[in-house]
Amino acid sequence: MGVGGFFTGKLDEAIGWARKYSIFQYPFVTACCGMEYMATACSHYDVDRFGAGLPRFSPRQADVLFVVGTISHKMAPVLKRIYDQMCEPKWVVAFGVCTCTGGFYDNYATVMGIDTIIPVDVYIPGCPPRPESVLDGLMKLQDKIAAGTQRY
Amino acid sequence: MDGQVILARLTAAFGGRILETHDYRGDHSAMVDRSAVLDVLEFCRDDPALRFDVLMDLTAVDYLKYPGREFGPRFEVVYHLYSLPCNHRVRLQVRVEEDEAHVPSAVGLWPIANWFEREVWDMFGIRFDGHPDLRRLLMYEEFEGHPLRKDYPVNKRQPLIGPRI
Amino acid sequence: MAERTTREIYLGEGSGTGSGSQHLYVNVGPAHPAMHGIIRILAELDGETVVKADVEIGYLHRAFEKECEGGPYNNAIPYTDRLNYVSPLINNFGYTSCVEKLLGIDATERCQYIRVIMSEISRICDHLTCIGASAMELGAFTVFLYMIKAREYLWELVEDVTGARLTISYARVGGVKADLPEGFALKLCKAFKETRQVLEEVHKLLTGNRIFMDRLVGVGVLSREDTVAYAITGPMLRAAGVPYDVRRAQPYWAYDRVEFEVPTGRNGDNYDRYLVRMVEMEQSMRIVEQALDAIPGGPINVDFQGKPMDPATYVDLGKQGKTEGLLLIPITLSPNLEGLERPVHHRVNVSDKRVVLPPKEEAYGSIEGLMNHFMLIMEGNGIRPPRGAAYFPVEGANGELGFYVVSDGTDRPYRVRCRPPCFPPMAALHRMIEGGMVADVVPTFGSVNMIGGELDR
Repeated sequence: MGVGGFFTGKLDEAIGWARKYSIFQYPFVTACCGMEYMATACSHYDVDRFGAGLPRFSPRQADVLFVVGTISHKMAPVLKRIYDQMCEPKWVVAFGVCTCTGGFYDNYATVMGIDTIIPVDVYIPGCPPRPESVLDGLMKLQDKIAAGTQRY
Repeated sequence: MDGQVILARLTAAFGGRILETHDYRGDHSAMVDRSAVLDVLEFCRDDPALRFDVLMDLTAVDYLKYPGREFGPRFEVVYHLYSLPCNHRVRLQVRVEEDEAHVPSAVGLWPIANWFEREVWDMFGIRFDGHPDLRRLLMYEEFEGHPLRKDYPVNKRQPLIGPRI
Repeated sequence: MAERTTREIYLGEGSGTGSGSQHLYVNVGPAHPAMHGIIRILAELDGETVVKADVEIGYLHRAFEKECEGGPYNNAIPYTDRLNYVSPLINNFGYTSCVEKLLGIDATERCQYIRVIMSEISRICDHLTCIGASAMELGAFTVFLYMIKAREYLWELVEDVTGARLTISYARVGGVKADLPEGFALKLCKAFKETRQVLEEVHKLLTGNRIFMDRLVGVGVLSREDTVAYAITGPMLRAAGVPYDVRRAQPYWAYDRVEFEVPTGRNGDNYDRYLVRMVEMEQSMRIVEQALDAIPGGPINVDFQGKPMDPATYVDLGKQGKTEGLLLIPITLSPNLEGLERPVHHRVNVSDKRVVLPPKEEAYGSIEGLMNHFMLIMEGNGIRPPRGAAYFPVEGANGELGFYVVSDGTDRPYRVRCRPPCFPPMAALHRMIEGGMVADVVPTFGSVNMIGGELDR
């Protein structure tokens, strides 16, 4: 590795560190999990400690898409569109078992996991996941953001 | 008012058009002939002794696989009425054949019937004559079939995007 | 082409083509920050006034009614949790009470009181979330934080009783999963103290606040006649001045043995709905405290005769058929095996072997218990209500929550219909927002307290 490689490596690390503590999330809240999302976001569990305290309610300003709650087939095109509207770099968190696999709603109305529609970075299982596991998932996402190749 | 009195009053007013009445676990219900359903609903709403001013619920049941009723009229539309001033309830049922699955619409009597009937159309495919805007309510327009019918498989998916699994 | 009017030229009104002003179509939702839950409002605007609105729902349709038909009666309980996920306990109890009505059995006295207590705690959670979220949408973020804080205390309480925070599946046909835990009354006192403090703070922040009142008073009005015609119940109906409350009109469980007031409003606007909800929370706490005083059964005393045994050994002995005297041995508590529940099991569950699963000690410790267990669990067995149908209404957080269950005599419900309390207000939403400003859509929608799981099922 030459001097240039050393510097880009360090720059990558610095940018990764900055990025992981400035998560602007778009909460795509549809169902029950939204209640636990609220609980996580509020003062008891305080998601702000991880630099993810500011939800942006516009996909164009957000870089992490939190898909919170069951996605039905009627909703699927909307989700896809919102994902497409987000700018790179972007990450997706599947919040709750319905978004991971469809959960126990194995029927005509629901999508069997959002990864059949959009790529997913972190899966947080649970029906709904407790705030602790949400925070755990968020930290995993932070690790992933920091460790990945940074495009700028 | 006691449920039996309500049923007696309905039978007295409509005679043979009330096909049968029964009382099960304290729920009083009357089976109404389809041609009379609007008249009965209007009577229930406007009669000074009944005064059923709230259409609490409107739904349907598919009796396709009900033991003993496989060959009878397939659907049953169920009205739950409640009276705020008198604090009593009654249930009206209308049997509907599969071949002519349509019932007169109650939108003229209660505006809430609009959405309830749209839901029943969506889920069961029962038409409501005279409904101003009979579209699907819960499913999307591209969806084929009526999911709450007993012959619709529970996991038959019709996705708009994504893999067809 | 028509002539361009002065207003068009100087004020920039209309399309600028001379055809006069045109209506603008704005699509609100399904993914919109102020739409907590997903619905779509297609609004036709004249300037900032909503002329016509078309509300579309169904984005969270999860086939609740179809799923319930697929499994035995008790299997529908987790699905009912997720109907109104802010007050799942009321849904649980509503459904089980309907099945009990079909079976013709009554829950035990203690169980009825537990249902009252847990339902009212749920109702408080629901109202807290509703007011907190709608205040947040109007800019009062502090209120949201305060109210979620109070809800968190209550959820800790719920977790103590049921084992889960949100989707609790606590009810069973014929009773409840478990008795109230030890020290419940003390924890409840603490949680209510916090909640009361939060309510007081919120009253100071919102009630009478100029900005808040400007946004709510006279907005989203629905007349008394319209409210009734749209079959709207719950806080919205009471805000319009009709004192209808299922708990009072047709008392179920132990509601006829507690005292409470049914608050009503006058104008049927958003502000009255807010006030009704605030008062209802206080009344709910009053109900819980009375119910806790009156609950029969007293403290739980477990008699430890003989030596406690390791639960695994106990189960092994039971499986080997060495059940003699096994029932006399109290087993130590294990989270999976749920031992030590026999003394309290009979207090909160009806003693009908066709309906209620035996306590775990009996299932493992005696052949009768095991057979009883199998009879309820094995395919094709289970709870079998006689053929017929029943409708059971309870007062949900948003109004009358009715379950209509049709039984065909087998162990699976033939049809489960849920009458969702927030369905009628959503059907009437267009009446409430038409003629108002676009910005008023948000508080009006907030006052409806739309819960997607319940609306779309």
